[in-house]
Amino acid sequence: MLKTDVLIIGAGASGCAIARELSKYQLDVMVADKNEDVGGDASKSNSAIIHTGYDASPGTLESQLVVAANPMYDKLSEDLEIPFERVGAILPAITDEQFEKLPSIKEKAFKNRVYDVEYKTAEQLLKMEPNLNPEVKGGLYIPRESIIDPFLLVVALAENAQENGVSFLLSTKVTGLKIEGDRIAGAETTAGPIEAKYVINAAGLYCDEIAHMAGKDDYYVNPRKGQFYILDKNTSCKVEHIVLPIPTKLTKGKLMCPTIHGNMLVGPTAEDLTDKVDKSTTREGLDSIETDVRKLIPKVNLRDSITQYCGLRPNRNPEGLHVDTYDDVKNYVNLSGIRSTGLTGSVALGKYVAQTLIDIGMKAPFKTNFIEKRKNIPCFHKLSRNDQNLLIKQNPLYGKVICRCETITEGEIVEAIHRPIPARSVDAVKRRLRAGMGRCQGGFCGPRVIDILARELNIPVTEVNKNNKGSYMIAGKVR
Amino acid sequence: MQEKKIICTVCPIGCTIAVKGEGGKILSIEGHTCKRGEEYSANEFLHPVRILTSTVRLKGSDMPLMPVRSNKPLPRESLFDCMEEIKKTEAKVPVRCMDVIIKDILGTGIDIVATGNAE
Amino acid sequence: MHNIQCDVAIIGGGPAGLAAAVSAKKQGAQKVLIIERDTALGGILQQCIHPGFGLTYYNEELTGPEYYGRFIKQAESLGIESLLDTMVLEVQPTGKIICVNSKYGITYVDAKSVVLAMGCRERTRANIQIPGTRPAGIYTAGAAQRLINRQNEMVGREIVILGSGDIGMIMARRLTLEGAHVVAVVEIMNYLAGLTRNRVQCLDDYDIPLLLSHTVTRIVGNERVEGVYVAQVDENKRPIGETEEFYPCDTLLLSVGLIPENELSRATDIEISAVTNGPVVNQFMQTSNPAVFACGNVVHVNDLVDNVTLESEIAGREAARYAMGSFPQVKRRISLETGNNVRYLCPHLLDIADMDEQITLYFRVLAPEHNVTITAKSGDAVLYKKKAVKVNPGEMEHVTFKTSEIPASSDCVRVDVTKEV
Repeated sequence: MLKTDVLIIGAGASGCAIARELSKYQLDVMVADKNEDVGGDASKSNSAIIHTGYDASPGTLESQLVVAANPMYDKLSEDLEIPFERVGAILPAITDEQFEKLPSIKEKAFKNRVYDVEYKTAEQLLKMEPNLNPEVKGGLYIPRESIIDPFLLVVALAENAQENGVSFLLSTKVTGLKIEGDRIAGAETTAGPIEAKYVINAAGLYCDEIAHMAGKDDYYVNPRKGQFYILDKNTSCKVEHIVLPIPTKLTKGKLMCPTIHGNMLVGPTAEDLTDKVDKSTTREGLDSIETDVRKLIPKVNLRDSITQYCGLRPNRNPEGLHVDTYDDVKNYVNLSGIRSTGLTGSVALGKYVAQTLIDIGMKAPFKTNFIEKRKNIPCFHKLSRNDQNLLIKQNPLYGKVICRCETITEGEIVEAIHRPIPARSVDAVKRRLRAGMGRCQGGFCGPRVIDILARELNIPVTEVNKNNKGSYMIAGKVR
Repeated sequence: MQEKKIICTVCPIGCTIAVKGEGGKILSIEGHTCKRGEEYSANEFLHPVRILTSTVRLKGSDMPLMPVRSNKPLPRESLFDCMEEIKKTEAKVPVRCMDVIIKDILGTGIDIVATGNAE
Repeated sequence: MHNIQCDVAIIGGGPAGLAAAVSAKKQGAQKVLIIERDTALGGILQQCIHPGFGLTYYNEELTGPEYYGRFIKQAESLGIESLLDTMVLEVQPTGKIICVNSKYGITYVDAKSVVLAMGCRERTRANIQIPGTRPAGIYTAGAAQRLINRQNEMVGREIVILGSGDIGMIMARRLTLEGAHVVAVVEIMNYLAGLTRNRVQCLDDYDIPLLLSHTVTRIVGNERVEGVYVAQVDENKRPIGETEEFYPCDTLLLSVGLIPENELSRATDIEISAVTNGPVVNQFMQTSNPAVFACGNVVHVNDLVDNVTLESEIAGREAARYAMGSFPQVKRRISLETGNNVRYLCPHLLDIADMDEQITLYFRVLAPEHNVTITAKSGDAVLYKKKAVKVNPGEMEHVTFKTSEIPASSDCVRVDVTKEV
């Protein structure tokens, strides 16, 4: 019978950030996720932006969390070796109507305590972004808007939490919550029952289903689909900053920005769904991206797209980011309404939830031996030729390039498969290393990665999955 | 009486040739534009043949498979039966190109030979 | 660091690289080195176990392994060296090559001339932006071919193939013979993309339906492909919604085009053609960097390996001459113009030296046509004229002439494909 002090349901950005934060205390912490890898759902299909919170709803918890979180990333990205860059964002006003909105946007930023937002003239903006629509009238510059590797952010938080004692139960779905009297006692899962003193619902897209298990039905999740384009690193029309449209009530709008690895990202749409499983891109959705982004960057070349994908924002109805505790279900913390700022806010949310637990009575001293830093898998292609050579001398597998497009070696892939939170699927390898994220999209490395996974995990090749159970790559042997 | 429309593959033109025959004998050939096409369509009508290429399991090598071919075209109807024989067969290193892997497959007088090399 | 010196370095040991290497050695280059990322030479032909190679070059019908096997034999007897399991990381504008393997680590290759023979990669699902989900079971035809023929792994059991190019059709047959069910081959154009003989021997033989003027409009399935929607397209290649039909399957194979793999080339700043996506070359297969030559699919996508061999022999020979200092002195440049119904010409220009050369220009038409006349003209002179019953973009054409036939006053040769009136 599994027992723990704190059970966190969901290993997305929120869950892993909370886990890392709680691992600073002398506590037993367990994270359960129905997926076969950490990364959640929305946390692995988003625009990879670390927001400042300039456009949040002032005074809300969401605003507080994002604004608090943004400055934390400089140290976090260094400590946990996560690719991160403060590229800055521009908000160009193309029409007079949009231009008139700028003062209110700046005012809102101020109300959110994002003070470093500046006006820029059209001339200044065009100098910053030569590919900007020449009809720009002026705009805002938000210097601390940044980009990050979202996959490595979550993996790094998880790995560091794990190193500090947190257990991760993957492919483990919570099927029920155990409530004894007026307090939570644990959960029923596909891996058996887990006894827990505290339970945190960080299940994102499925947080309403977990809440229902706690007898709480005061909200539901309506997924809001976002479709994205990723463009080739060699695309003819690039931007250096995050180029944001004037936001609407529904969504931040369709943007274009660089990714931390040198691609361009264009999107997302915002389409309300009822289906939590529909992650399909659509012709209409993709086309709408082109229409909108052309208003900002007229020469954007979507023909250079190397992939399109879809993320589902776990939108809450009624709206609003909530961290709820209850008197009739004590020691249960319910997170809901974590939307576009979820990735950013995660590190602040982690601290907020830790404090919430203390507020409801959790007593646990700090650890004196918390391991603050985490080392990434050596990134071969970023090293100098000398360092590459040394690495190969230590481990010859680093001399065998498997992913031609991104120059990823077998050494890195094998390392990823054997990390404490192992990459056990093609997508898990891809997220950690980018093997398969290049222009050939796994055409070259895919077959080789399948064999490496089978070999390293000692499983038949038919059991190598793309991601979750059922996503087999190979139907059988030929001979 | 049988009639078949055969697309000739001898040259890029790809004439559609109508062949009529009965009881193993050609009655008429129409639509060809050269003698090679006439010959091809007659053969294709009476006894269509195909080169079969496949792979056999290879033992004793890092490579799991050895590519093989029929050294002459096989009767088209026999291909799937030949595949069953190929599936049952294994080759062992060393293998040289043109080594016979299956001799006289299914009594056709045609061999299945290796097309690659393996040490 | 490991350092290697050689006369001619060839990047890629497939049919192009092999032919270039053999030719370079025969021309007299002392040290010829092939750098190959796979564990053995042969390139893409290692997985092309089917026949259809050597029809013109050897006057025989060979399988891929047999074809390259002959070149490997020659290469061995000529003393051509190779670095296997070695990935080229960089080709510097000076021609210096930086590559890596497990045995030697980072390796610098200093060659007097370089031949680019990296072949091509496949167009992906995402390149053509097929909407839908991203389940397991979507493969490009080449990747599936590698899995089946080299890794002994079956990609699926119920297959839909998008694209009627040769590789798609070859895979249709291969999969069927291995017990899979190929549900349909779907082609967006209203004509077959590949060779007719493949339609007969790969599709018709196995009663595999060929749906011309159709395309895949959506992929369905969360973990694994569950099916695809297929619709007819109009004259503008846009799907006609009402014709959409669901085809259950567990695998989607894509045979939707090849793209020359020029990432290394681009970094050396050599001129790349916007039409072919390969290096701009003259009749010596020389790029805009005089020490760098290119041949095979990295220059333009070929249909017949026999033509690749011929082009590559030129590249190897000229790269050797360059390395040995006996490269001809160029007197005059002739530009080449694509005329009526001609998509591109390869080589892209002619650098005429003193001697009289036999020139072969390869080209593809833009659209299929019947009863045409193919001409090559320079000024008033007709250098080549031939009638053809049928031309189509899927089959490479060529014109031939001698450089001495180009009028002295002209600096251009134009190729046209005109319909007989």
